[in-house]
Amino acid sequence: MNRIKQKLQEDKKILSIYFSAGYPNLDDTVKIIQDLEKSGVDLIEIGLPFSDPLADGPTIQESSTAALKNGMNTSLLFEQLKDIRKTVSIPLILMGYFNPVLQYGVAEFCARCEEIGIDGLILPDLPLDVYKEEYEDIFKKHGLINVFLITPQTSDERIKAIDDASEGFIYMVSSASTTGAKQGFGSEQSDYFNRIASMELNNPQIVGFGISNAETFEQATQKAKGAIIGSAFIKHLTVNGVDGIGDFVKQIR
Amino acid sequence: MKSYHADERGYYGEFGGAFIPEMLYPNCEELRQNYLSIMEEPSFKEEFHQLLKDYVGRPTPLYFAKRLSEKYNTKIYLKREDLCHTGAHKVNNTIGQILMAKKLGKNRIIAETGAGQHGVATATVCALMGIQCVVYMGEIDIARQAPNVARMKMLGAEVRPATSGSKTLKDATNEAIRDWINNPVDTHYIIGSVVGPHPYPDMVARFQSVISEEIKNQLQEKEGRENPDYVVACVGGGSNAAGAYYHYLDVPEVGIIAVEAAGKGVDSGESAATSALGKVGIIHGSKTLLMQTQDGQITEPYSISAGLDYPGVGPMHAHLYASGRGEFISITDDDAMKAGLELCKLEGIIPAIETSHALAIFEDRKFNPDDVVVVNLSGRGDKDLQNYIDYFKL
Repeated sequence: MNRIKQKLQEDKKILSIYFSAGYPNLDDTVKIIQDLEKSGVDLIEIGLPFSDPLADGPTIQESSTAALKNGMNTSLLFEQLKDIRKTVSIPLILMGYFNPVLQYGVAEFCARCEEIGIDGLILPDLPLDVYKEEYEDIFKKHGLINVFLITPQTSDERIKAIDDASEGFIYMVSSASTTGAKQGFGSEQSDYFNRIASMELNNPQIVGFGISNAETFEQATQKAKGAIIGSAFIKHLTVNGVDGIGDFVKQIR
Repeated sequence: MKSYHADERGYYGEFGGAFIPEMLYPNCEELRQNYLSIMEEPSFKEEFHQLLKDYVGRPTPLYFAKRLSEKYNTKIYLKREDLCHTGAHKVNNTIGQILMAKKLGKNRIIAETGAGQHGVATATVCALMGIQCVVYMGEIDIARQAPNVARMKMLGAEVRPATSGSKTLKDATNEAIRDWINNPVDTHYIIGSVVGPHPYPDMVARFQSVISEEIKNQLQEKEGRENPDYVVACVGGGSNAAGAYYHYLDVPEVGIIAVEAAGKGVDSGESAATSALGKVGIIHGSKTLLMQTQDGQITEPYSISAGLDYPGVGPMHAHLYASGRGEFISITDDDAMKAGLELCKLEGIIPAIETSHALAIFEDRKFNPDDVVVVNLSGRGDKDLQNYIDYFKL
């Protein structure tokens, strides 16, 4: 069974961590993954850097740009990850923009993911209809879960369509925004969290965007199955490098 | 019959579509569901055409360039978009989109700009309608286009520097998209070219199609026929070209010529000739031809003309190229500058450097003496004076 699905069956709140591959240093990728697993994180999203990350706020833009300057690219990331399953068993997701995947070749990309032991993909700018028409079969053939996003503006009708197309979980964007920490969640978010919870979707939801500490993690996971921390972890890496990843995770839960 | 217009889902052949993150879906969907019906409303049409006439100064003349024609031994007509208010065709689109924004109940406008022409055209219509306006502009472009920054400020717009990436047009576009993600309800994003996710390429082309509509009528009057033998336009993102081609796209006897910026030479590494150098990919929500690394990272183009300095091309043009419907020519900085100066001397018209690229084709691309060739004179050269001064040491 796919590691993501297996993890989601556990009776616990999921903590997922995102980082940009190749940041702060080109060769940090494997060490970061190993330390995150040791620290008790449930799921890891490995960011494939892109030159024009238009859904990201300043922190991930900067880590993406730095990673590219360091020399990160798709082939190199696959090379770095080729033995990753010898040391970790945590579910791994690759997250990035669609163009680099398209250039690599979607079928080749998915095949390589399967070989390495990647469990899912998050490609925010690969639209639902295009995925279903052109790529769903390829993803499934290689055992990859495709994770879709919803936002507070997504209509109920579309959320249901996304739920139908999903397996694994739904990535619930916390507010109308790019990635990066906000000043906590207000009543607007609570309403949204409640609204989604009341829809009783087939797939559990994991909240992302604006989660940076124990408080926001707690708020986000009151109704949802889990939450994702990205920018706050990248800021930690910027200051501390790959040291103290365990301490960072301990602050969250 | 094969059509070169967008289909219902915003595809031109394999190009186009809406490759956008979910955060942008509601905004684009609202626009997609409404743009055609709003454009068909009599009140919308009336206001749009009234403003084009009384405010922009349309119809713009179709001018027979006698001395230029004599020099190149063919019949060259210039469609004088340079005479539009604000100095270029850009305002046709911003008038249309500001009216669209009002119909959609939006009270805040954002835009991206490279050289500042689209920014000025957007700031202008926002002033006209009394709507708040924020223009994103690359930090580097702000430094090199000071007069247009001042114009936007005088018109009441806030100019926000894009400090990410290469700090030019593509990054200004990223910043505008990020703003739209953060302000999904009250804000309309006025994209300045036939780029971006569906329905933008089609909507902008429709607003600009007033150009080819007028060419048809004016040519009928002057030549006794609606169709020229060729329509020529420069292509960066491609909005002036889309407007000039629009009514001729599905008229096979009209040749379509698209002129891209070769910069310092197509193979020099400093070029913006997307059709020659680009591969199929996704940029700013659209599947199209774009300049990119093998790894799919979008690269920074170069052209002396800020308006052609874009790493992609609208999906309509990608399709015209891929299908062979359009003839694509790339022109270097040097040849463009020479052609710009030539138009000054022969016709007393100082063209924008973008347009100068289109004018430069006559040196090598020969036409028959009785061919009617319409060149879209997309903008005037006032904004480029400093470039002309520096280049020719005037």
